[in-house]
Amino acid sequence: MIDAVGLHKAYRLNKHRVRALNGVDLRVEPGEIYGVVGQSGAGKSTLLRSVNLLERPDAGTVTVDDQELTALRGARLRAARRGIGMVHQHFALLSSRTVAGNVGFPLEVAGVDRARRRARVGELLELVGLGDKARAYPSQLSGGQKQRVGIARALASAPKVLLSDEATSALDPATTESILALLGRLRDELGLTILLITHEMDVIKRICDSAAIMENGEFRESGRVLDLIGTPGSLLARSLFPIPEGGGPDTVVVTYPRSFDEPLMSELTRRFDVDANIRGGGVERVAGQSVGRLSVDVRGARRAEALTFLSERGLLVEEAGK
Amino acid sequence: MIDSALSLASTTEPTGAWNALVAFVRDWPQMWPNLWLATMDTVYMVWWATVFSVLFGLPLGVLLVATDRGGLTPAPAVRAVLGAIVNIGRSLPFIVLMVAVLSLTRFLVGTTLGPTAAIVPLSIGAIPFFARLVETAVREVDREVVEAAHAMGTRKLTIVGKVLLPEALPGLIAGLVMTVVTLISYSAMAGAIGGGGLGDLAIREGYQRFNDHYLWATVILLIVIVQAVQSLGDLVVRRLSRR
Repeated sequence: MIDAVGLHKAYRLNKHRVRALNGVDLRVEPGEIYGVVGQSGAGKSTLLRSVNLLERPDAGTVTVDDQELTALRGARLRAARRGIGMVHQHFALLSSRTVAGNVGFPLEVAGVDRARRRARVGELLELVGLGDKARAYPSQLSGGQKQRVGIARALASAPKVLLSDEATSALDPATTESILALLGRLRDELGLTILLITHEMDVIKRICDSAAIMENGEFRESGRVLDLIGTPGSLLARSLFPIPEGGGPDTVVVTYPRSFDEPLMSELTRRFDVDANIRGGGVERVAGQSVGRLSVDVRGARRAEALTFLSERGLLVEEAGK
Repeated sequence: MIDSALSLASTTEPTGAWNALVAFVRDWPQMWPNLWLATMDTVYMVWWATVFSVLFGLPLGVLLVATDRGGLTPAPAVRAVLGAIVNIGRSLPFIVLMVAVLSLTRFLVGTTLGPTAAIVPLSIGAIPFFARLVETAVREVDREVVEAAHAMGTRKLTIVGKVLLPEALPGLIAGLVMTVVTLISYSAMAGAIGGGGLGDLAIREGYQRFNDHYLWATVILLIVIVQAVQSLGDLVVRRLSRR
């Protein structure tokens, strides 16, 4: 649905050349929620703005829904942008307009007549659970409500793609949760494709099917979240499951890249007569699966056999002490 | 207590200030026709100068923001020229500007005397003033909102009309009020070179013919007018502010 190839973008900032994008390739499949994480200044924001050409990349092409946006300018680019919704960190609502006026804005710009606009705005507000707030002004709403208005507005022209620029970063944890749930539901109900950028690992964990870790204008790693977690040395796994650093010569890091029903650790100690001492770790739901990562000291004569057993069962075993 | 208060009153009552006040009030009906005409001249001058200030100052102010770095249509050269023009207008004291544009006034109006002629220097003085206030108000509009409008495929002119100006409206009205108040003060100065209005009356009758009552009356009327404009403007701004 979104295909970006070889994106480069450099800025001049206080006489320094900053490479915001340094050869980024991004592919988002239809119906997927794709999250890009990274520190501020990593280039996430520039990447997101390149997708709807709010920033034109110096090199590379962007194709959304089989239309090459980088080849468009003027009126045709504006028309293409109407097929891509965008949600903003600070909501970006017009303070001079009511909720209904804000949600109807993209329709007004697209020349939709008043009666059809009103009907569509009503639908959209119901969809995001704000049916009773049509006449309120943004200043009368909470942060979560404002973002719901932002989402309703982004969906007004029935886009296939939604871009989310740190949509939950200005919200408290409970509100973040409800907004993420809403995005997930909209993806399911409307078949949306969502590209989001965030600096919160939690967002990736909650709703993303695929993810990329960005640093200095490049993707350090990217792919399906569960695949990444199951990849040796994965930065994403390390960021999602912080575990105690270091460890002794016997320490291994065991990753469960999917849900396991069998009690593997107790089976391990029984069958191979090893001691398994869990130093730390966690189990979380990621992309609908129960995924875990543990730091374990495994000691005993049959240690190597035991580790092989775990690997054969589909766990990822990495020696941490070496 | 009462005795002493009475005696205090009776000793202060027949002073010169009291007598002067009584004389001023007695004089008022006789001055009123002149004061009324002068007030109408002032309103006429200020009204038209305000119209021209908005007509030219509003686009100028918007252009100052739009052509700036990071604006809708960045154009550093255009901005530099516009900025320079505005600065020239802003740096001339009004009384100098009035004299400096005399030949332009004669060309446009056919005379340099009277309220209609005064509209020319008043407008030229107020346009850059209002433009700077517009610039400040429009610059206050959240950049993210403008970006959101771009992301929705909005044309630049539509962004100006549907985003920048409505969002900046409270600031624009506040700027307009400030411009009108400044114009009232300028219009009194225009009286100095025969522009008519309350300033003209104050100078001709009050200063040149030593008629203090005219001076006081014009001062009172100017204060009342400015106060009324300011209060009305504040009310409108309060109504419009949704932040």
